[in-house]
Amino acid sequence: MTDAITFLLSPAAFVGRTVLTVVAELGGFCIFLVQGLWRIAIPSPSWRKIVQQVYFIGVKSIFVIVLIGLFTGMVLGLQGYYTLVKFGSEGLLGAAVSLSIIRELGPVLTAIMITGRAGSSMAAEIGIMRISEQIDALWSMGINPMRFLIAPRLAASLICFPLLTAIFDVVGIGGGYLTGVALLGINPGTYFDRIDAAVELTDVSGGFVKSVVFALLVAAISCYQGYFTHARRDGFGAKGVSLATTAAVVFSCVAILVADYVLTSFLL
Amino acid sequence: MKKYSMETTVGIFVLAGLLCVAYLTVKLGKLEVLGGDRYPLTARFKDVTGLKSGAYVEMAGVRIGRVGGIRLDTKDNMALVTLDIDKGVRLTDDSIASIKTSGLIGDKFVKVSPGGSDEVLGPGGVIVETEASVDLGDLIGKYVFGGVK
Repeated sequence: MTDAITFLLSPAAFVGRTVLTVVAELGGFCIFLVQGLWRIAIPSPSWRKIVQQVYFIGVKSIFVIVLIGLFTGMVLGLQGYYTLVKFGSEGLLGAAVSLSIIRELGPVLTAIMITGRAGSSMAAEIGIMRISEQIDALWSMGINPMRFLIAPRLAASLICFPLLTAIFDVVGIGGGYLTGVALLGINPGTYFDRIDAAVELTDVSGGFVKSVVFALLVAAISCYQGYFTHARRDGFGAKGVSLATTAAVVFSCVAILVADYVLTSFLL
Repeated sequence: MKKYSMETTVGIFVLAGLLCVAYLTVKLGKLEVLGGDRYPLTARFKDVTGLKSGAYVEMAGVRIGRVGGIRLDTKDNMALVTLDIDKGVRLTDDSIASIKTSGLIGDKFVKVSPGGSDEVLGPGGVIVETEASVDLGDLIGKYVFGGVK
């Protein structure tokens, strides 16, 4: 009798178990994030570590960000032109390109590109340190790995994301100029004049708010996945690291797009 | 040497990023860093439908400032528009401020027509003579429903 009831209730038990796992995971993530942020402030990690991470996350991403920004701007210029020319208002191209880049594409594409470039390697690097017990070694030497490994990455991400977003925005507007003005023959004065008229400070600051939030999300998710590689149930050792890296990229991208929607609805 | 070059590249990266941030906020976002190169005037309009703060103020087709803010005067339900006018532009107290549309469906802006008086408006001055915005929908409605004889 009890067996039958247990069997009948097993779907409910499955749902409950899943919910509890997700909640525990989210709670663990939040504690991790707060600890990491706290360690940026007190006691602050060495300046040198942060500079190293800025070099890795920021400087090494410039090339890909410039490339992506240029092509995004160029394709926006092309698409925008052929849409706007139907209404005879191709003069608005500057406004269309700059607003879509500054508000949406700049922060989101930058964050996704850095996830692919730096987030994955953060997860893999910390994951390997975990499975080769280097993190335990840090503990045993009296070094807090949150301060030594996580805090510099969080701090560097907070510095790099807005800066790379700004570079993306400027290069993207330049890319729109290339197709719109140089290729399709819009008046350059009109292009920049429309940008000047359309972009407000709230658009720019909204974009930076987004990029700061994305920085937190990407760095924290990537570090979290690497840091708790050993706690994964679906694989351990090298397999665990590969799963952690995959999870870091997938979760980061999902978090970026979901957070983007939520932030946009609050910022508008 | 290696250590030195990494710090240098980080420094260049941060500077380049900050330069882009500055361009976006100051040039495009119109963040007033130094400020003080404009003075405020107030104009009272009956209707400012479609006008947004940040819109241009023009005289004779030349930009002389921006709309700083729009609010409602609760006493007589008129729209109070703050116009930030470039220093060096002298407007007399009988100037006429009117709300125009660039093109047929373009953005609204404020056009100021010069007056002939000798009294120059200082900071905080009020432009009394104004023309409200023309609502294209109203005009079409009048035509369609027979308001025009």
